[in-house]
Amino acid sequence: MELLERNWNGMALMAMSPTNGAATLSDLELVAQAKAGHLEAFDELVNRHERKIFRLTQHITGNREDAEDALQDSFLKAFSRLSQFQGESQFYTWLVRIAVNESLMRLRKRKAHPTFSLDEPVESDGDLVPRERGSWEDNPEQMYGQQELHEILDRAVQSLPPIFRTVFVMRDLDQLSTEETAEALELSVPAVKSRLLRARLQLRDKLSKHFRRSSRV
Amino acid sequence: MNPCTKIILEVSNYLDNEMDAALRQELEEHMGCCPECRIIIDTTRQTIQVYRGCEPYPLPQSLHNRLQQAIREHFGKLGGESS
Repeated sequence: MELLERNWNGMALMAMSPTNGAATLSDLELVAQAKAGHLEAFDELVNRHERKIFRLTQHITGNREDAEDALQDSFLKAFSRLSQFQGESQFYTWLVRIAVNESLMRLRKRKAHPTFSLDEPVESDGDLVPRERGSWEDNPEQMYGQQELHEILDRAVQSLPPIFRTVFVMRDLDQLSTEETAEALELSVPAVKSRLLRARLQLRDKLSKHFRRSSRV
Repeated sequence: MNPCTKIILEVSNYLDNEMDAALRQELEEHMGCCPECRIIIDTTRQTIQVYRGCEPYPLPQSLHNRLQQAIREHFGKLGGESS
């Protein structure tokens, strides 16, 4: 069976056979096909990245409804702006930038953070002093079931200030480079590093009570 | 600067391998004789690893369907007609 699709200019009808094997194509190849009007190629990009983008929007907004809306609008904007994507960065990095902006916009709208800015100054070095000094089990992730582990990790991230958790999610979960993170957030490289350091140390403190040796029998 | 303070300020750069060899050696020499700093480095590394090892959940089917539907409606508005 062939899937018949049109491009969004209403021009040439494009036929894309499932035997094209969209799942085996690179992101850049899928983008090229999507630009040519193959909606199925864009579907594959969505399937490939929706989980990580949703995790990102959830962590930044801290709100399920906002996260779902940010997820949807991120892909719709990516779809609309696909012609602007020139392949100078990874497609995923480009998508993350859109998703971060969508998430931050919603975060700012929330009353809790009406004037929230990623660029606000961080605290002094005094906030860096670790409170927890015990060592952890060798494989802390094996101390809990998957669901419980997810909840512990999610709660810890959500308890971070937005400026820290946004940088942490981009750098350590989505594994963007410091430079990519700085560019996407319009921060300097030292500012990203400073926020990442604080995020990591605060998370370390928060997780220590769950993962330190003999914390669970 | 107190070497323990230096470890804390540099733990991210150390773990990301974003420092020159001389500073790296200086920190490692200190860690060799300061168990607390060794633990700070190890547990910060574990923090990053445990997050990186945790795969995101699949999207709930209802949310996935909503997303697909929105894209098709958007596609239609942009001039195409979803098939």
